[in-house]
Amino acid sequence: MEILVASAIGILTAAGMYLVLRLRTFPVILGVSLLTYAVNVFLFASGRLTVAAPPILTDATRYTDPLPQALVLTAIVISFGMTAVVVMISLGAYLGTDDDHVDEMPDPDAAQEDAT
Amino acid sequence: MMHWLIAPVVLPAMMAPFIILAARYHIGIQRVFSVVGVLAMIAIALGLVIETSDGTIMLYQLGDWAAPFGIVLVGDRLSTMMVLLMSVLALMVLLYSIGSDWDRLGQHFHALFQFQLMGIAGAFLTGDLFNLFVFFEVLLIASYGLMIHSGGNARLRAGVQYVLFNLLGSTLFLFALGALYAETGTLNMADLAQRVTLIGAEETVGIRVAAVLLILVFAIKAAIVPLHFWLPSSYAEAPGPVAALFAIMTKVGAYAIIRVYTLIFPADLAVTDGLHGTWLLPFALLSLALGAVGVLAARKLDRLVAFAVISSMGTVMVAVGLFTEQSIATALYYIIHSTLTAAALFLIVDLVRRSRGHLGLVAAAPVKGAALVAGLFMAAAIAMVGLPPLSGFIGKLMVLSASFSSPLVVWVWAVVLVSSLISIVGFARAGSVLFWKAQAEGGPAPLEPDAPTPTPLSFAAVGGLIALLVAHTLLAGRIYTYTTTTAAQLFAPGPYIATVLGTPGKLSGGGNDAEKDVDTGEKATVPAVKAGDH
Repeated sequence: MEILVASAIGILTAAGMYLVLRLRTFPVILGVSLLTYAVNVFLFASGRLTVAAPPILTDATRYTDPLPQALVLTAIVISFGMTAVVVMISLGAYLGTDDDHVDEMPDPDAAQEDAT
Repeated sequence: MMHWLIAPVVLPAMMAPFIILAARYHIGIQRVFSVVGVLAMIAIALGLVIETSDGTIMLYQLGDWAAPFGIVLVGDRLSTMMVLLMSVLALMVLLYSIGSDWDRLGQHFHALFQFQLMGIAGAFLTGDLFNLFVFFEVLLIASYGLMIHSGGNARLRAGVQYVLFNLLGSTLFLFALGALYAETGTLNMADLAQRVTLIGAEETVGIRVAAVLLILVFAIKAAIVPLHFWLPSSYAEAPGPVAALFAIMTKVGAYAIIRVYTLIFPADLAVTDGLHGTWLLPFALLSLALGAVGVLAARKLDRLVAFAVISSMGTVMVAVGLFTEQSIATALYYIIHSTLTAAALFLIVDLVRRSRGHLGLVAAAPVKGAALVAGLFMAAAIAMVGLPPLSGFIGKLMVLSASFSSPLVVWVWAVVLVSSLISIVGFARAGSVLFWKAQAEGGPAPLEPDAPTPTPLSFAAVGGLIALLVAHTLLAGRIYTYTTTTAAQLFAPGPYIATVLGTPGKLSGGGNDAEKDVDTGEKATVPAVKAGDH
């Protein structure tokens, strides 16, 4: 169980980082999404992995920590909203410039100065 | 009385939807409510500052839930001072954006502005790290909207970079929070401060990782080299008033570092030994130097000011990185100065852009109202580079005198002085090209002949910021006394922790029975203690 969760987090993070380091918006957004999945699982695991136990205090001996689950819910909602925002903004940027590179674009003013 | 503490968060949170719902198509009504909201915010912040100035720690338990389990807002001298600084800055920026008609150029400027204030105020006031993350997201999502306000390809492009960088920062923040929670079983700052001291000397790996991840997140916000890459293009491409408002956002990072690394991981804590002296201080010096070089190398005025902001944040972080009571007091003084100066400079950049059409540092026709703009630019530039007589000089002097206790004192003196010199050259070059050579050139008309003439209100807003800088210089003694007391409060976190954890509140649903509450409290701490012992 621990190995499964740990390697899932590791692989998701590695794949996410790889995609984030690409130059175009679509892979970068996918990479950010993968990273948020990784962090969600990581947050979930931060309350210790307990199998088949209720997330409430029925008796003090055996239960799952409920707080990370609440944190993960918040994180999921926020990352969902943020992903929607970044998709909209990058779509706008792509439609405007017909170019989906994430890195710095050539400065139009500088080009103008060089031309004159 | 204690309910006022949540007002800086609730007021803009109510104002923003009101502006959207009731005044959507009436820019005049939007402006009135936005200004009234900010004025009320200043009044509230002033009240909070007076209330906490005698060392009182104000506590607001949301839903009356007791501290380690419920979320709390805490107002001490530092938080209330930052809220006041933010609201005063917001008023000037708002007046400028109304005076220059920026708020007409796109939808929902005022609503986003209010949400932005809500997020920043919440980040300053919260006493819970996860809540800090949530308020960071609130201020970020509002800032995404403001950043691309009125559109344009270059702005959208810079907006994508800004959003992606901050999304990665947020992910890192969550990793840090998860690591902290796994190690300590709590995310309440006061509770963390207590638990971290209990961690044994041989089990420090996890908590060290968490502390370093956390400082990385805040360093991204504070734009410390090498995590500053998001700042130049986003500040340069953002609308002028928005960039001016963003001047407080880098300070949110500085605030968070000061708060977390005085309260939770103080300098004398063994498990995070060396984090400040070994890492923070050298990188702060590097940002200072790199910012100054950027000022000299910039080919456009907006980039120049953005690099000046990096340099200025470097100075703040040098003071923070020294981490003595004196240096934190200095950092707080410099934070106020740096916020006002950066905002004034970005507004002046916008004045220049509007009448010249572009910001290239080449000779062109004089800007409209050249004498006044040039005067304001000179005052703000003097403040930014740290020449007498304005507060930048006093601030840098304080940084130098605070550095004597550090082993890196020679480096601090050398970097601060040399980078100031480089900045002076950079600003002098920009000013002479923009305002002086323009007079000689005289010939061609501005590139945008229909560019609106700046209204008196725009100049009043910039002038107001400069006047605040002058006041900050004249009252330097009193303000420094105030920040010294604030730093003393930060370095003696006992009352803070006692207030947060000692104030009674609800612990379980409806149970007001004291004995039962204590019982539940003990039970609930069991997993946390287990986690700490792990």
